[in-house]
Amino acid sequence: MKISLFVPCFVDAIFPDVGMAAAGVLERLGHTVDFPEKQTCCGQPPFNTGMWDPAREVARHQLRAFDGVETLVSLSGSCGAMIKVFYPQLFAGDRDEKSACDLASRTHEFSDFLVNILKVEDVGARFPGRATFHDGCHGLRELGLKTPPRKLLANVRGLELIEMKEAETCCGFGGMFSVKFPMISTAMGEVKCDSLIETGADFLVSNDSSCLMHIGGMLEKQGRPRKCYHLAEILAAT
Amino acid sequence: MNGRETILARIREALKAPAPHPASHGAHAPHGAASEHGPDAFRHWLPPVGDSPDDRLALFAKNSEALKTTFVVCESPAAAAAHATRIASAEAWKKVAAHRSPLVESVLGDFPDVLFTDGGFETAALEACDAGFTTCECLVAQTGSALVSSRDNGGRALSVLPPHHIIVATRSQLLPDLSAAFELVESKYGGNFPSMLSFITGPSRTGDIERILVLGAHGPKNLTILLLP
Amino acid sequence: MSATASQGPPPSSAFRASARRFTRDLRHRGLIQKALSGYYTKRDENKSRFQSWQGARDLAAEIKFEAVNHLDRHLEEFASRIESRGAKVHWCPDAEAARSAILAIARENNVRSIIKSKSMTSEEIHLNDALESAGYGVFESDLGEYIVQLRHEAPYHLVFPAMHLTRGEISDLFQKELGSEPTDSPEELTMIARRVMRKKFCEADMGISGANFGVASTGMISITENEGNARLTTALPRIHVAIMGIEKIVPRMSDLALFLPMLATAGAGQALTCYNTLFAGPRQPGETDGPEQFHVILLDNRRTALLADPEQRDALHCIRCGACLNVCPIFKNVGGHSYGTTYQGPIGSVITPHLRGLQSWKHLSGASSLCGACTEACPVKIDLHHHLLQNRRNAAAQKPLWYERLAFAGFQFLMRNPALYALSLKLGRLGQIFHPLVNGSPLDPARAWTSSRSLPKLAPRSFREKWKARAK
Repeated sequence: MKISLFVPCFVDAIFPDVGMAAAGVLERLGHTVDFPEKQTCCGQPPFNTGMWDPAREVARHQLRAFDGVETLVSLSGSCGAMIKVFYPQLFAGDRDEKSACDLASRTHEFSDFLVNILKVEDVGARFPGRATFHDGCHGLRELGLKTPPRKLLANVRGLELIEMKEAETCCGFGGMFSVKFPMISTAMGEVKCDSLIETGADFLVSNDSSCLMHIGGMLEKQGRPRKCYHLAEILAAT
Repeated sequence: MNGRETILARIREALKAPAPHPASHGAHAPHGAASEHGPDAFRHWLPPVGDSPDDRLALFAKNSEALKTTFVVCESPAAAAAHATRIASAEAWKKVAAHRSPLVESVLGDFPDVLFTDGGFETAALEACDAGFTTCECLVAQTGSALVSSRDNGGRALSVLPPHHIIVATRSQLLPDLSAAFELVESKYGGNFPSMLSFITGPSRTGDIERILVLGAHGPKNLTILLLP
Repeated sequence: MSATASQGPPPSSAFRASARRFTRDLRHRGLIQKALSGYYTKRDENKSRFQSWQGARDLAAEIKFEAVNHLDRHLEEFASRIESRGAKVHWCPDAEAARSAILAIARENNVRSIIKSKSMTSEEIHLNDALESAGYGVFESDLGEYIVQLRHEAPYHLVFPAMHLTRGEISDLFQKELGSEPTDSPEELTMIARRVMRKKFCEADMGISGANFGVASTGMISITENEGNARLTTALPRIHVAIMGIEKIVPRMSDLALFLPMLATAGAGQALTCYNTLFAGPRQPGETDGPEQFHVILLDNRRTALLADPEQRDALHCIRCGACLNVCPIFKNVGGHSYGTTYQGPIGSVITPHLRGLQSWKHLSGASSLCGACTEACPVKIDLHHHLLQNRRNAAAQKPLWYERLAFAGFQFLMRNPALYALSLKLGRLGQIFHPLVNGSPLDPARAWTSSRSLPKLAPRSFREKWKARAK
């Protein structure tokens, strides 16, 4: 299959290895991967702030960048949901409405793509250690992705998955929320961090690097750092 | 414009714009049509109630246990009366209240001091009673509830003011679920409803202090259901 | 006592200050977590007893949709049927009309003492203040409401008004206000309140209740409770006044067979609440007791404004179960009092802008990570978290903030220009060299982040740079 990567801006800038890892996994499964380089940002920051006009213009650019793409794989649950769930709403009544709905139907989050489209649950990965998984809220609730990441992790050789009590509880990142309401964001993060530590896991895995940035950053500041990996990095390891 | 006209006008104006139908954000049930939400539809999704009267009796008993309702299956009115006498003695009742009904009177037999509320009563007199005896409209297996009405089951206060409420019921009064109870109410009273109908599900309780369960908040602390054949 | 001051800081500042205080209060956070953990277990047990909780939600959403979208017809039917049995229906367009109606009833009937069962709608219209100002003694009979009444506090949670208090605090309160002996037994504390209230039930002239549902086809209201205080409030006093928001209508009595178990499960983790009582009128001929008068106050108070917003109309489906509060990480960390308004949690954040003004109350919609746990929990499938987003959009469209317009105009420009965007990443890497100089200080532009988290570093090479290099 010809797969195009949707690399969220924070993955591009801060966690490029997540993108490289995802490409690696898809290529190992025999597919061609490309990166439409005109892409920048899905438009979520202005969208969540309620500024739908600038959000739409940023999103319109993204539609052009992905023009002609057959299958778009997103490396973030929240950005994936932005395209899949919110682009149709954002472009309702707009000249690009059809284009937005088309793109939405061809967009899949990484774990969703592997398990539900490619029908693959074992990608031949090996990553020994005790892990716990954080469910990014958009991936979990907007896209319904509770089981795909777990099915994939279940087949990673050497990896033991320990579920944390607060796995489904929001970590408190929420994009702009993390800096608009930092005291609440921090309190929510603390609950998440405590639950993580309680599992005794060596590292944290999630399908959303933005959450990992927040949780990992908090653990480091608290003096109890833990390694945080995007699902793609685990699956890329052999 | 009076209040009624004002509100109705606002509503009509507001409803000119149609709202999206709930099914538009992900229905799970195959039932979608607006007409299909009667009791039969509910029964697909609500907890199951068992098929036979015996199943339902067992379910009612199980629910009663969880609710801390004392549920006693009695072979006869005499057995029920004996049970009532035992409780009276154990709890040192001095005075009880009841309404006039053959079923209730069949278990009251021995009690010396009974306040019958039918003709009216002083609140203070009822407040001083240790127990209140009533019949019920029906029992509901699904929830372990008893339905009482202000018409046939002794009014409003009798079933809630005395600290021990005793319900005298018969087997045939046990219905499977709430839908069946509502069907009974409709068919029995059909439009000429009693002023109060209450589903009682266990003794009174509260969780308002640290979410810890305490029985006997304001209503009865004890609920006993005597089931006659 | 109401939680909202007519003078004082604007709601958004008050919210921030309160949120700051409570999110730091680990004791409070721990207390709420503990209080809710039992609820989660029981709720899940009861949900799993349903053959399909999701199927039930779909039906409940359908029925409420039917009710709200034909509200005029249902209200007329409700009123005519309940009035045919001797009840009097008062249609109150706003809070002032409702307060006036109730005061008039009290005055005309020489009422001296009033007992109340739980009604959030009465909180909304600040009824107790109005009654007390007019010289009436008002007693809250619900244990949690009674406790917060004694403390001159607003209810903390829609369903559990005193959730934030320990038994020790309640014991101290009773000792101070009632002269009772200190105790750390919840049972003994409950019995103290029971003894006090019992007298009040017997003495009161008027009982005021809320209503969980109004049944159109039979002309009844339905009240759900565990304590029996609403049963007593409506049995002993000679006048019963029920206050009900107009949106509480359900079409048929039989619909309650679905709603009563769902309300209990979602709201309290119970299969069914202890007392679910339908009231069809005042004492009827032939009945032994019951109030001589039964008044139903139908309250609009800007519910019709919400009705007029088709996108958010489903917020009127709310059955006030409190499930959304119980799962909301914001609520659990800032606490019910931070909201500063009658309705807390996600539903409160959604509807308060409609009921009390968008610009003044938009901050509640902003203070959310949009995690969606609320929407998932709602038994009637209100699209809660998306409504928060819509409130944000509506607020920005109505009154854009100049600095947001500027910032996002810049953002738009940057993001529509891939070459410029790629350059900005390079510049960012340069800029971050200097960040350690200001990290955590008042000069730190990223202070909102760095006060509790270490700042992520921009990678030496961005993904697009690595990808390009790979292709060579």
